[in-house]
Amino acid sequence: MNVLAIDTSNQALGVALVRENEVIAEYSTNVKRNHSVQLMPAIDHLMKETNMTPQDLDRIAVANGPGSFTGVRIGLTTAKTLAWSLSIPVVAISSLEVIARNGHFFDGYVCPFFDARRGMVYTSLYASENGDLVPVEDEVNMLLTDWIERVRSYEKPILFLSSQLSIHQPVIKEQLGNQAVCPQDLPVHLPRAGEIAKLAISREPSSVHELTPNYLRLAEAESKWLAAQQEKQKDE
Amino acid sequence: MEKTAQYVLGIETSCDETAVAIVKDGKELIANVVASQIESHKRFGGVVPEIASRHHVEQVTMVLEETLNQANMSMDDIDAIAVTEGPGLVGALLVGVNAAKALAFAHQKPLVGVHHIAGHIYANRLEQEFEFPLLSLVVSGGHTELILMEEHGSFDVIGETRDDAAGEAYDKVARTLKLPYPGGPHIDQLAHQGEATIDFPRSWLGEGSFDFSFSGLKSSVINTLHNAKQKGITYKDEDIAASFQASVVDVLATKTYKAAKQYNVNQVIVAGGVAANKGLRERLNDQFSEEEGMSLLIPPLSLCTDNAAMIAAAGSIAYEQGHRAGWDLNGNPSLTLEKYARRSTATN
Ligand SMILES: [Zn+2]
Repeated sequence: MNVLAIDTSNQALGVALVRENEVIAEYSTNVKRNHSVQLMPAIDHLMKETNMTPQDLDRIAVANGPGSFTGVRIGLTTAKTLAWSLSIPVVAISSLEVIARNGHFFDGYVCPFFDARRGMVYTSLYASENGDLVPVEDEVNMLLTDWIERVRSYEKPILFLSSQLSIHQPVIKEQLGNQAVCPQDLPVHLPRAGEIAKLAISREPSSVHELTPNYLRLAEAESKWLAAQQEKQKDE
Repeated sequence: MEKTAQYVLGIETSCDETAVAIVKDGKELIANVVASQIESHKRFGGVVPEIASRHHVEQVTMVLEETLNQANMSMDDIDAIAVTEGPGLVGALLVGVNAAKALAFAHQKPLVGVHHIAGHIYANRLEQEFEFPLLSLVVSGGHTELILMEEHGSFDVIGETRDDAAGEAYDKVARTLKLPYPGGPHIDQLAHQGEATIDFPRSWLGEGSFDFSFSGLKSSVINTLHNAKQKGITYKDEDIAASFQASVVDVLATKTYKAAKQYNVNQVIVAGGVAANKGLRERLNDQFSEEEGMSLLIPPLSLCTDNAAMIAAAGSIAYEQGHRAGWDLNGNPSLTLEKYARRSTATN
Protein backbone atom coordinates (compact mmCIF):
# COMPACT_ATOMS: atom_id res chain seq x y z
CA MET A 1 0.00 0.00 0.00
CA ASN A 2 1.32 3.46 -0.97
CA VAL A 3 0.22 6.25 1.34
CA LEU A 4 0.72 9.97 0.81
CA ALA A 5 0.56 11.94 4.06
CA ILE A 6 -0.03 15.70 4.26
CA ASP A 7 0.23 18.07 7.22
CA THR A 8 -0.23 21.83 6.89
CA SER A 9 -2.25 22.24 10.07
CA ASN A 10 0.32 24.30 11.98
CA GLN A 11 3.52 26.21 11.23
CA ALA A 12 5.45 23.08 10.26
CA LEU A 13 4.65 21.62 6.86
CA GLY A 14 5.08 17.90 6.31
CA VAL A 15 4.65 15.52 3.40
CA ALA A 16 5.58 11.83 3.42
CA LEU A 17 5.29 8.75 1.25
CA VAL A 18 5.01 5.41 3.01
CA ARG A 19 5.14 2.05 1.22
CA GLU A 20 3.89 -0.85 3.35
CA ASN A 21 5.78 -0.22 6.57
CA GLU A 22 8.58 1.85 5.19
CA VAL A 23 8.90 5.62 4.98
CA ILE A 24 10.31 6.04 1.48
CA ALA A 25 10.32 9.85 1.47
CA GLU A 26 9.62 12.59 3.95
CA TYR A 27 9.82 16.36 3.62
CA SER A 28 9.36 18.97 6.27
CA THR A 29 9.83 22.67 6.80
CA ASN A 30 9.24 24.78 9.88
CA VAL A 31 9.23 28.36 8.66
CA LYS A 32 6.55 31.05 8.57
CA ARG A 33 5.66 30.66 4.91
CA ASN A 34 2.50 30.15 2.97
CA HIS A 35 1.51 26.47 2.98
CA SER A 36 -0.59 27.03 -0.13
CA VAL A 37 2.56 27.96 -2.04
CA GLN A 38 4.71 25.18 -0.58
CA LEU A 39 2.46 22.14 -0.42
CA MET A 40 1.94 21.01 -4.01
CA PRO A 41 5.57 21.62 -5.06
CA ALA A 42 6.60 19.47 -2.06
CA ILE A 43 4.25 16.66 -3.10
CA ASP A 44 5.45 16.92 -6.70
CA HIS A 45 9.07 16.76 -5.54
CA LEU A 46 8.58 13.65 -3.38
CA MET A 47 6.65 11.83 -6.09
CA LYS A 48 9.38 12.54 -8.64
CA GLU A 49 12.16 11.52 -6.22
CA THR A 50 10.48 8.19 -5.60
CA ASN A 51 9.45 7.64 -9.21
CA MET A 52 5.77 7.55 -8.41
CA THR A 53 2.74 8.85 -10.27
CA PRO A 54 -0.53 9.92 -8.64
CA GLN A 55 -2.11 6.70 -9.95
CA ASP A 56 0.32 4.67 -7.77
CA LEU A 57 -1.25 6.08 -4.61
CA ASP A 58 -3.60 3.85 -2.62
CA ARG A 59 -4.50 6.12 0.25
CA ILE A 60 -4.25 9.76 1.34
CA ALA A 61 -3.60 10.62 4.99
CA VAL A 62 -4.08 14.11 6.36
CA ALA A 63 -3.65 15.92 9.66
CA ASN A 64 -7.09 17.51 10.12
CA GLY A 65 -6.44 19.84 13.04
CA PRO A 66 -6.64 21.42 15.46
CA GLY A 67 -4.36 24.19 14.28
CA SER A 68 -4.43 27.25 12.08
CA PHE A 69 -7.89 27.41 10.47
CA THR A 70 -6.48 28.33 7.06
CA GLY A 71 -3.61 25.84 7.33
CA VAL A 72 -5.92 22.95 8.20
CA ARG A 73 -8.14 23.83 5.23
CA ILE A 74 -5.24 23.88 2.77
CA GLY A 75 -4.21 20.35 3.76
CA LEU A 76 -7.74 19.02 3.96
CA THR A 77 -8.87 20.52 0.64
CA THR A 78 -5.82 19.06 -1.07
CA ALA A 79 -6.29 15.65 0.58
CA LYS A 80 -10.03 15.47 -0.09
CA THR A 81 -9.69 16.52 -3.73
CA LEU A 82 -6.81 14.12 -4.40
CA ALA A 83 -8.69 11.23 -2.77
CA TRP A 84 -11.95 12.02 -4.51
CA SER A 85 -10.48 12.44 -7.97
CA LEU A 86 -8.22 9.37 -7.69
CA SER A 87 -11.08 7.33 -6.14
CA ILE A 88 -8.96 6.26 -3.16
CA PRO A 89 -9.70 6.47 0.59
CA VAL A 90 -8.75 9.44 2.74
CA VAL A 91 -7.90 9.03 6.42
CA ALA A 92 -7.90 11.94 8.86
CA ILE A 93 -5.49 11.92 11.79
CA SER A 94 -5.61 14.39 14.67
CA SER A 95 -2.78 16.91 14.55
CA LEU A 96 -2.43 16.43 18.32
CA GLU A 97 -2.01 12.68 17.98
CA VAL A 98 0.74 13.23 15.39
CA ILE A 99 2.82 15.20 17.90
CA ALA A 100 1.97 12.75 20.70
CA ARG A 101 3.51 9.95 18.62
CA ASN A 102 6.91 11.52 19.26
CA GLY A 103 6.50 10.48 22.92
CA HIS A 104 5.26 6.93 22.45
CA PHE A 105 8.30 5.40 24.18
CA PHE A 106 7.73 7.53 27.25
CA ASP A 107 6.51 5.74 30.38
CA GLY A 108 3.54 7.71 31.70
CA TYR A 109 1.27 10.22 29.96
CA VAL A 110 1.85 12.35 26.88
CA CYS A 111 0.28 15.79 26.56
CA PRO A 112 0.57 17.34 23.08
CA PHE A 113 -0.66 20.93 22.71
CA PHE A 114 -0.81 23.91 20.36
CA ASP A 115 -0.95 27.49 21.53
CA ALA A 116 -4.45 28.93 20.90
CA ARG A 117 -3.69 32.47 22.18
CA ARG A 118 -4.84 34.35 25.30
CA GLY A 119 -3.62 31.57 27.60
CA MET A 120 -5.67 28.98 25.71
CA VAL A 121 -4.39 25.72 24.22
CA TYR A 122 -5.67 22.98 21.94
CA THR A 123 -4.70 19.84 23.78
CA SER A 124 -5.41 16.23 24.77
CA LEU A 125 -3.86 13.47 26.88
CA TYR A 126 -2.58 10.02 25.97
CA ALA A 127 -1.48 7.12 28.19
CA SER A 128 1.81 5.75 26.91
CA GLU A 129 2.22 2.01 27.45
CA ASN A 130 4.68 -0.38 25.80
CA GLY A 131 5.15 1.87 22.82
CA ASP A 132 1.40 2.36 22.31
CA LEU A 133 -0.62 5.54 22.84
CA VAL A 134 -4.17 5.41 24.19
CA PRO A 135 -6.26 8.60 24.42
CA VAL A 136 -7.54 9.21 27.95
CA GLU A 137 -9.05 12.69 27.51
CA ASP A 138 -11.10 14.30 24.74
CA GLU A 139 -9.43 16.98 22.65
CA VAL A 140 -10.23 20.39 24.09
CA ASN A 141 -9.68 24.10 23.59
CA MET A 142 -9.28 25.59 27.06
CA LEU A 143 -7.14 27.68 29.40
CA LEU A 144 -3.81 25.96 29.98
CA THR A 145 -4.03 26.60 33.73
CA ASP A 146 -7.47 24.88 33.91
CA TRP A 147 -6.17 21.99 31.81
CA ILE A 148 -3.22 21.45 34.12
CA GLU A 149 -5.57 21.30 37.11
CA ARG A 150 -7.49 18.58 35.31
CA VAL A 151 -4.49 16.39 34.40
CA ARG A 152 -2.65 16.64 37.73
CA SER A 153 -4.89 13.82 39.06
CA TYR A 154 -3.14 11.35 36.73
CA GLU A 155 -0.52 10.14 39.17
CA LYS A 156 2.33 9.56 36.74
CA PRO A 157 4.81 11.79 34.92
CA ILE A 158 3.37 13.80 32.01
CA LEU A 159 5.49 14.50 28.93
CA PHE A 160 4.61 17.85 27.33
CA LEU A 161 5.14 18.10 23.58
CA SER A 162 4.66 21.34 21.69
CA SER A 163 6.76 23.59 19.49
CA GLN A 164 5.44 26.43 21.71
CA LEU A 165 6.49 24.69 24.93
CA SER A 166 9.06 27.30 25.90
CA ILE A 167 6.33 29.98 26.20
CA HIS A 168 4.19 27.88 28.53
CA GLN A 169 6.83 25.90 30.43
CA PRO A 170 7.03 28.29 33.44
CA VAL A 171 3.26 27.92 34.08
CA ILE A 172 3.35 24.14 33.62
CA LYS A 173 6.35 23.71 35.95
CA GLU A 174 4.85 26.01 38.56
CA GLN A 175 1.60 24.04 38.74
CA LEU A 176 2.91 20.49 38.24
CA GLY A 177 6.50 20.59 39.55
CA ASN A 178 8.36 17.35 38.86
CA GLN A 179 5.30 15.60 37.46
CA ALA A 180 5.84 17.64 34.28
CA VAL A 181 8.53 16.48 31.87
CA CYS A 182 9.56 19.23 29.45
CA PRO A 183 12.22 18.07 26.99
CA GLN A 184 14.46 20.74 25.56
CA ASP A 185 15.54 19.04 22.34
CA LEU A 186 13.63 20.58 19.46
CA PRO A 187 12.92 17.74 16.98
CA VAL A 188 10.73 15.89 19.50
CA HIS A 189 8.25 18.80 19.34
CA LEU A 190 7.81 18.75 15.57
CA PRO A 191 5.20 16.61 13.80
CA ARG A 192 6.39 13.84 11.45
CA ALA A 193 4.35 13.27 8.33
CA GLY A 194 5.67 9.69 8.27
CA GLU A 195 3.76 9.04 11.51
CA ILE A 196 0.55 10.28 9.88
CA ALA A 197 0.97 7.86 6.99
CA LYS A 198 1.78 4.99 9.34
CA LEU A 199 -1.26 5.63 11.55
CA ALA A 200 -3.48 5.94 8.47
CA ILE A 201 -2.67 2.44 7.24
CA SER A 202 -4.65 0.81 10.04
CA ARG A 203 -7.36 3.47 10.52
CA GLU A 204 -10.87 3.62 9.06
CA PRO A 205 -11.16 5.99 6.10
CA SER A 206 -13.60 8.92 6.22
CA SER A 207 -16.31 9.65 3.72
CA VAL A 208 -14.51 12.08 1.43
CA HIS A 209 -17.47 14.44 1.04
CA GLU A 210 -18.20 14.51 4.75
CA LEU A 211 -14.64 14.98 5.98
CA THR A 212 -14.31 18.40 7.66
CA PRO A 213 -11.54 20.03 9.67
CA ASN A 214 -11.41 19.48 13.41
CA TYR A 215 -11.22 23.17 14.33
CA LEU A 216 -12.08 22.60 18.03
CA ARG A 217 -13.37 26.15 17.98
CA LEU A 218 -16.31 27.95 16.41
CA ALA A 219 -15.74 30.86 14.08
CA GLU A 220 -15.83 34.03 16.18
CA ALA A 221 -18.94 35.37 14.43
CA GLU A 222 -20.69 32.08 15.07
CA SER A 223 -19.98 32.02 18.82
CA LYS A 224 -21.07 35.66 19.15
CA TRP A 225 -24.24 34.87 17.25
CA LEU A 226 -24.98 31.86 19.48
CA ALA A 227 -24.38 33.95 22.61
CA ALA A 228 -26.80 36.60 21.29
CA GLN A 229 -29.41 33.90 20.59
CA GLN A 230 -29.07 32.63 24.17
CA GLU A 231 -29.47 36.17 25.52
CA LYS A 232 -32.63 36.58 23.48
CA GLN A 233 -34.08 33.34 24.81
CA LYS A 234 -33.40 34.45 28.37
CA ASP A 235 -35.24 37.74 27.74
CA GLU A 236 -38.30 35.99 26.37
CA MET B 1 -6.59 19.22 -39.67
CA GLU B 2 -9.79 19.46 -37.67
CA LYS B 3 -9.49 20.94 -34.24
CA THR B 4 -11.14 18.83 -31.57
CA ALA B 5 -13.32 20.42 -28.91
CA GLN B 6 -11.64 21.88 -25.85
CA TYR B 7 -13.17 21.36 -22.38
CA VAL B 8 -12.17 23.50 -19.41
CA LEU B 9 -13.30 22.84 -15.85
CA GLY B 10 -13.59 26.02 -13.78
CA ILE B 11 -13.60 26.47 -10.00
CA GLU B 12 -14.75 29.63 -8.20
CA THR B 13 -14.67 30.16 -4.40
CA SER B 14 -13.72 33.83 -4.05
CA CYS B 15 -16.66 34.81 -1.84
CA ASP B 16 -19.76 32.94 -0.68
CA GLU B 17 -20.53 30.60 -3.58
CA THR B 18 -18.79 27.25 -4.07
CA ALA B 19 -19.00 26.80 -7.82
CA VAL B 20 -17.73 24.40 -10.48
CA ALA B 21 -18.53 24.36 -14.19
CA ILE B 22 -17.43 22.85 -17.47
CA VAL B 23 -17.31 24.95 -20.64
CA LYS B 24 -16.68 23.77 -24.20
CA ASP B 25 -14.48 25.88 -26.49
CA GLY B 26 -14.88 28.86 -24.15
CA LYS B 27 -18.39 29.49 -25.42
CA GLU B 28 -20.69 26.62 -24.65
CA LEU B 29 -21.93 25.81 -21.16
CA ILE B 30 -21.84 22.05 -20.50
CA ALA B 31 -22.43 21.92 -16.74
CA ASN B 32 -22.78 24.59 -14.07
CA VAL B 33 -23.18 23.95 -10.34
CA VAL B 34 -23.35 26.65 -7.66
CA ALA B 35 -23.69 25.88 -3.95
CA SER B 36 -24.77 29.16 -2.39
CA GLN B 37 -24.07 29.93 1.26
CA ILE B 38 -26.36 32.93 1.38
CA GLU B 39 -28.74 31.33 3.90
CA SER B 40 -25.87 30.75 6.33
CA HIS B 41 -24.55 34.32 6.09
CA LYS B 42 -28.00 35.97 6.33
CA ARG B 43 -28.02 35.72 10.13
CA PHE B 44 -24.82 37.83 10.27
CA GLY B 45 -26.12 40.49 7.85
CA GLY B 46 -23.20 39.94 5.48
CA VAL B 47 -20.55 37.46 4.40
CA VAL B 48 -18.31 36.31 7.28
CA PRO B 49 -14.97 35.29 5.71
CA GLU B 50 -14.12 32.47 8.16
CA ILE B 51 -17.57 30.95 7.78
CA ALA B 52 -17.39 31.21 3.99
CA SER B 53 -14.07 29.34 4.01
CA ARG B 54 -15.53 26.63 6.25
CA HIS B 55 -18.44 26.06 3.90
CA HIS B 56 -16.16 25.89 0.86
CA VAL B 57 -14.07 23.06 2.30
CA GLU B 58 -17.26 21.18 3.25
CA GLN B 59 -18.78 21.54 -0.22
CA VAL B 60 -15.96 21.47 -2.72
CA THR B 61 -15.70 17.75 -3.59
CA MET B 62 -19.48 17.39 -3.70
CA VAL B 63 -19.81 20.28 -6.14
CA LEU B 64 -17.01 18.82 -8.30
CA GLU B 65 -18.77 15.46 -8.40
CA GLU B 66 -22.15 16.96 -9.24
CA THR B 67 -20.62 18.96 -12.09
CA LEU B 68 -18.98 15.93 -13.71
CA ASN B 69 -22.20 13.94 -13.25
CA GLN B 70 -24.24 16.73 -14.81
CA ALA B 71 -21.86 16.80 -17.77
CA ASN B 72 -21.71 13.02 -17.89
CA MET B 73 -17.93 13.34 -18.14
CA SER B 74 -14.84 12.15 -16.30
CA MET B 75 -11.59 14.00 -15.63
CA ASP B 76 -10.10 12.25 -18.69
CA ASP B 77 -12.36 14.41 -20.88
CA ILE B 78 -11.08 17.66 -19.36
CA ASP B 79 -8.27 19.58 -21.11
CA ALA B 80 -7.45 22.12 -18.40
CA ILE B 81 -8.45 23.29 -14.93
CA ALA B 82 -9.14 27.01 -14.39
CA VAL B 83 -9.52 28.59 -10.97
CA THR B 84 -10.17 32.06 -9.56
CA GLU B 85 -6.84 33.18 -8.06
CA GLY B 86 -8.12 36.62 -7.02
CA PRO B 87 -9.35 39.08 -6.03
CA GLY B 88 -11.59 37.95 -3.19
CA LEU B 89 -11.51 36.70 0.40
CA VAL B 90 -8.12 35.07 0.89
CA GLY B 91 -9.28 32.10 2.97
CA ALA B 92 -12.09 31.41 0.54
CA LEU B 93 -9.83 31.70 -2.53
CA LEU B 94 -7.36 29.24 -1.00
CA VAL B 95 -9.93 26.43 -0.92
CA GLY B 96 -10.61 26.74 -4.65
CA VAL B 97 -6.94 27.17 -5.53
CA ASN B 98 -5.86 24.10 -3.57
CA ALA B 99 -8.71 21.99 -4.89
CA ALA B 100 -7.77 23.02 -8.44
CA LYS B 101 -4.11 22.18 -7.86
CA ALA B 102 -4.97 18.76 -6.40
CA LEU B 103 -7.28 18.04 -9.34
CA ALA B 104 -4.70 19.14 -11.90
CA PHE B 105 -1.94 17.20 -10.14
CA ALA B 106 -3.96 13.98 -9.77
CA HIS B 107 -4.64 13.91 -13.52
CA GLN B 108 -1.54 15.80 -14.68
CA LYS B 109 -3.64 18.45 -16.43
CA PRO B 110 -2.68 22.05 -17.18
CA LEU B 111 -3.67 24.59 -14.53
CA VAL B 112 -4.73 28.18 -15.28
CA GLY B 113 -5.32 31.02 -12.80
CA VAL B 114 -8.19 33.41 -13.61
CA HIS B 115 -8.94 36.95 -12.44
CA HIS B 116 -12.46 37.09 -10.98
CA ILE B 117 -13.44 40.18 -12.99
CA ALA B 118 -12.07 38.73 -16.22
CA GLY B 119 -14.45 35.88 -15.40
CA HIS B 120 -17.43 38.21 -15.01
CA ILE B 121 -16.65 39.74 -18.40
CA TYR B 122 -16.26 36.35 -20.10
CA ALA B 123 -19.64 35.17 -18.76
CA ASN B 124 -20.98 37.17 -21.70
CA ARG B 125 -19.11 35.05 -24.22
CA LEU B 126 -21.34 32.11 -23.23
CA GLU B 127 -24.16 34.16 -24.81
CA GLN B 128 -22.57 35.84 -27.79
CA GLU B 129 -19.14 36.05 -29.47
CA PHE B 130 -17.10 39.13 -28.58
CA GLU B 131 -16.59 41.94 -31.11
CA PHE B 132 -13.51 44.02 -30.37
CA PRO B 133 -12.87 46.67 -29.35
CA LEU B 134 -15.42 46.25 -26.59
CA LEU B 135 -16.27 48.12 -23.43
CA SER B 136 -17.33 46.31 -20.30
CA LEU B 137 -19.12 47.85 -17.34
CA VAL B 138 -18.39 45.67 -14.32
CA VAL B 139 -20.70 46.32 -11.36
CA SER B 140 -20.86 44.18 -8.25
CA GLY B 141 -20.61 44.28 -4.47
CA GLY B 142 -16.87 44.80 -4.71
CA HIS B 143 -16.39 46.41 -8.12
CA THR B 144 -17.44 49.31 -10.31
CA GLU B 145 -15.16 49.48 -13.34
CA LEU B 146 -15.13 50.37 -17.00
CA ILE B 147 -12.79 48.07 -18.91
CA LEU B 148 -11.70 48.42 -22.50
CA MET B 149 -10.71 45.26 -24.38
CA GLU B 150 -8.85 45.47 -27.70
CA GLU B 151 -8.53 41.71 -28.02
CA HIS B 152 -8.91 38.50 -25.99
CA GLY B 153 -6.99 38.61 -22.72
CA SER B 154 -6.23 42.34 -22.87
CA PHE B 155 -7.86 44.43 -20.14
CA ASP B 156 -7.49 48.19 -19.88
CA VAL B 157 -9.18 49.75 -16.85
CA ILE B 158 -10.31 53.20 -18.02
CA GLY B 159 -12.47 53.99 -14.99
CA GLU B 160 -12.98 52.66 -11.50
CA THR B 161 -14.59 53.58 -8.21
CA ARG B 162 -12.68 55.90 -5.91
CA ASP B 163 -14.57 54.76 -2.82
CA ASP B 164 -17.55 52.41 -2.56
CA ALA B 165 -18.53 49.93 -5.22
CA ALA B 166 -22.08 50.35 -6.58
CA GLY B 167 -23.18 47.11 -4.91
CA GLU B 168 -21.72 48.28 -1.61
CA ALA B 169 -23.76 51.51 -1.79
CA TYR B 170 -26.87 49.41 -2.45
CA ASP B 171 -26.17 47.23 0.59
CA LYS B 172 -25.57 50.23 2.86
CA VAL B 173 -28.72 52.07 1.77
CA ALA B 174 -30.65 48.81 2.14
CA ARG B 175 -29.39 48.51 5.71
CA THR B 176 -30.49 52.09 6.43
CA LEU B 177 -33.96 51.20 5.13
CA LYS B 178 -33.80 48.04 7.31
CA LEU B 179 -34.20 45.74 4.30
CA PRO B 180 -32.98 42.15 4.64
CA TYR B 181 -29.55 41.06 3.36
CA PRO B 182 -28.58 41.07 0.52
CA GLY B 183 -30.11 44.48 0.01
CA GLY B 184 -29.52 45.19 -3.70
CA PRO B 185 -32.42 43.16 -5.14
CA HIS B 186 -34.80 44.58 -2.49
CA ILE B 187 -33.95 48.16 -3.43
CA ASP B 188 -34.41 47.33 -7.10
CA GLN B 189 -37.83 45.88 -6.31
CA LEU B 190 -38.91 48.84 -4.13
CA ALA B 191 -37.61 51.30 -6.72
CA HIS B 192 -40.04 49.92 -9.26
CA GLN B 193 -42.96 50.61 -6.93
CA GLY B 194 -41.89 54.17 -6.11
CA GLU B 195 -41.04 57.43 -7.84
CA ALA B 196 -37.75 59.30 -7.94
CA THR B 197 -39.10 62.34 -6.09
CA ILE B 198 -35.89 63.25 -4.26
CA ASP B 199 -33.00 64.72 -6.22
CA PHE B 200 -29.98 62.86 -4.83
CA PRO B 201 -26.55 64.02 -6.03
CA ARG B 202 -24.80 62.49 -9.02
CA SER B 203 -21.06 62.39 -8.76
CA TRP B 204 -19.45 63.06 -12.17
CA LEU B 205 -15.88 63.69 -10.92
CA GLY B 206 -15.08 66.25 -13.58
CA GLU B 207 -15.31 66.40 -17.35
CA GLY B 208 -13.90 63.37 -19.12
CA SER B 209 -13.42 61.23 -16.04
CA PHE B 210 -14.68 57.66 -16.20
CA ASP B 211 -14.12 57.09 -12.49
CA PHE B 212 -16.98 56.59 -10.07
CA SER B 213 -17.79 57.65 -6.51
CA PHE B 214 -20.82 56.51 -4.52
CA SER B 215 -19.93 57.40 -0.93
CA GLY B 216 -21.39 60.94 -1.24
CA LEU B 217 -24.66 59.55 -2.54
CA LYS B 218 -24.84 57.05 0.29
CA SER B 219 -24.25 59.81 2.91
CA SER B 220 -26.83 62.02 1.22
CA VAL B 221 -29.47 59.28 1.52
CA ILE B 222 -28.64 58.76 5.20
CA ASN B 223 -28.66 62.53 5.92
CA THR B 224 -31.93 63.07 4.08
CA LEU B 225 -33.60 60.36 6.16
CA HIS B 226 -32.10 61.76 9.35
CA ASN B 227 -33.22 65.35 8.64
CA ALA B 228 -36.68 64.23 7.59
CA LYS B 229 -37.09 62.38 10.87
CA GLN B 230 -36.15 65.51 12.86
CA LYS B 231 -38.61 67.65 10.93
CA GLY B 232 -41.30 65.01 11.26
CA ILE B 233 -41.47 64.43 7.50
CA THR B 234 -41.80 60.87 6.25
CA TYR B 235 -40.72 59.60 2.87
CA LYS B 236 -42.00 56.40 1.40
CA ASP B 237 -39.24 53.74 1.32
CA GLU B 238 -40.26 53.09 -2.28
CA ASP B 239 -39.50 56.72 -3.23
CA ILE B 240 -36.16 56.71 -1.42
CA ALA B 241 -35.22 53.50 -3.25
CA ALA B 242 -36.37 54.89 -6.60
CA SER B 243 -34.49 58.18 -6.09
CA PHE B 244 -31.31 56.42 -4.98
CA GLN B 245 -31.45 53.96 -7.85
CA ALA B 246 -32.11 56.78 -10.35
CA SER B 247 -28.89 58.47 -9.26
CA VAL B 248 -26.75 55.29 -9.43
CA VAL B 249 -28.17 54.17 -12.76
CA ASP B 250 -27.86 57.65 -14.28
CA VAL B 251 -24.16 57.85 -13.47
CA LEU B 252 -23.40 54.27 -14.57
CA ALA B 253 -25.29 54.52 -17.85
CA THR B 254 -24.08 58.03 -18.77
CA LYS B 255 -20.41 57.22 -18.16
CA THR B 256 -20.68 53.92 -19.99
CA TYR B 257 -22.27 55.68 -22.97
CA LYS B 258 -19.64 58.43 -23.06
CA ALA B 259 -16.80 55.93 -22.84
CA ALA B 260 -18.32 53.75 -25.56
CA LYS B 261 -18.52 56.79 -27.87
CA GLN B 262 -15.03 58.05 -27.05
CA TYR B 263 -13.37 54.68 -27.69
CA ASN B 264 -15.66 53.91 -30.60
CA VAL B 265 -16.32 50.35 -29.50
CA ASN B 266 -18.29 47.69 -31.35
CA GLN B 267 -19.80 46.10 -28.30
CA VAL B 268 -20.81 47.13 -24.79
CA ILE B 269 -21.15 44.39 -22.22
CA VAL B 270 -22.36 44.50 -18.65
CA ALA B 271 -20.99 42.13 -16.03
CA GLY B 272 -21.20 41.42 -12.31
CA GLY B 273 -23.94 40.97 -9.72
CA VAL B 274 -25.46 44.44 -10.19
CA ALA B 275 -25.98 43.60 -13.88
CA ALA B 276 -29.02 41.72 -12.57
CA ASN B 277 -30.54 45.07 -11.53
CA LYS B 278 -33.71 45.71 -13.55
CA GLY B 279 -33.39 49.49 -13.38
CA LEU B 280 -29.88 49.37 -14.81
CA ARG B 281 -30.81 46.89 -17.54
CA GLU B 282 -33.76 49.02 -18.67
CA ARG B 283 -31.78 52.26 -18.70
CA LEU B 284 -28.87 50.76 -20.66
CA ASN B 285 -31.24 49.19 -23.16
CA ASP B 286 -32.82 52.64 -23.73
CA GLN B 287 -29.44 54.33 -23.95
CA PHE B 288 -27.98 52.00 -26.57
CA SER B 289 -31.10 50.99 -28.54
CA GLU B 290 -30.59 53.75 -31.12
CA GLU B 291 -26.83 53.27 -31.51
CA GLU B 292 -25.82 51.98 -34.90
CA GLY B 293 -22.96 49.49 -34.96
CA MET B 294 -22.78 49.19 -31.21
CA SER B 295 -24.40 46.14 -29.66
CA LEU B 296 -25.32 45.90 -25.99
CA LEU B 297 -24.90 42.57 -24.27
CA ILE B 298 -26.30 41.83 -20.81
CA PRO B 299 -25.93 38.28 -19.51
CA PRO B 300 -28.90 36.29 -18.19
CA LEU B 301 -29.46 36.63 -14.43
CA SER B 302 -27.92 33.21 -13.71
CA LEU B 303 -24.57 34.34 -15.15
CA CYS B 304 -24.52 37.77 -13.42
CA THR B 305 -23.88 36.45 -9.92
CA ASP B 306 -20.70 34.53 -9.08
CA ASN B 307 -20.39 31.21 -10.89
CA ALA B 308 -17.65 29.01 -12.29
CA ALA B 309 -18.86 28.96 -15.89
CA MET B 310 -17.41 32.45 -16.25
CA ILE B 311 -14.09 31.25 -14.79
CA ALA B 312 -13.99 28.31 -17.20
CA ALA B 313 -14.85 30.65 -20.10
CA ALA B 314 -12.08 33.12 -19.22
CA GLY B 315 -9.74 30.23 -18.40
CA SER B 316 -10.36 28.73 -21.81
CA ILE B 317 -8.91 31.81 -23.53
CA ALA B 318 -6.00 32.00 -21.06
CA TYR B 319 -5.27 28.32 -21.71
CA GLU B 320 -5.38 28.86 -25.48
CA GLN B 321 -3.03 31.83 -25.12
CA GLY B 322 -0.51 29.65 -23.31
CA HIS B 323 -0.93 30.82 -19.74
CA ARG B 324 -0.08 28.15 -17.16
CA ALA B 325 0.03 28.34 -13.39
CA GLY B 326 2.67 26.42 -11.45
CA TRP B 327 2.12 24.12 -8.47
CA ASP B 328 2.97 27.13 -6.31
CA LEU B 329 -0.18 29.01 -7.42
CA ASN B 330 -1.52 31.01 -4.48
CA GLY B 331 -4.71 32.88 -3.66
CA ASN B 332 -4.17 36.58 -4.35
CA PRO B 333 -6.86 38.64 -2.56
CA SER B 334 -5.86 41.96 -4.15
CA LEU B 335 -4.88 40.83 -7.64
CA THR B 336 -5.42 43.69 -10.11
CA LEU B 337 -6.67 43.21 -13.64
CA GLU B 338 -3.61 45.01 -15.03
CA LYS B 339 -1.23 42.70 -13.21
CA TYR B 340 -3.23 39.70 -14.35
CA ALA B 341 -3.18 40.87 -17.99
CA ARG B 342 0.59 41.41 -17.84
CA ARG B 343 1.40 37.96 -16.41
CA SER B 344 3.88 35.87 -18.32
CA THR B 345 3.09 32.73 -20.25
CA ALA B 346 5.61 30.55 -18.37
CA THR B 347 4.74 26.87 -18.25
CA ASN B 348 4.91 24.54 -15.28
ZN1 LIG C 1 -18.19 38.50 -8.51
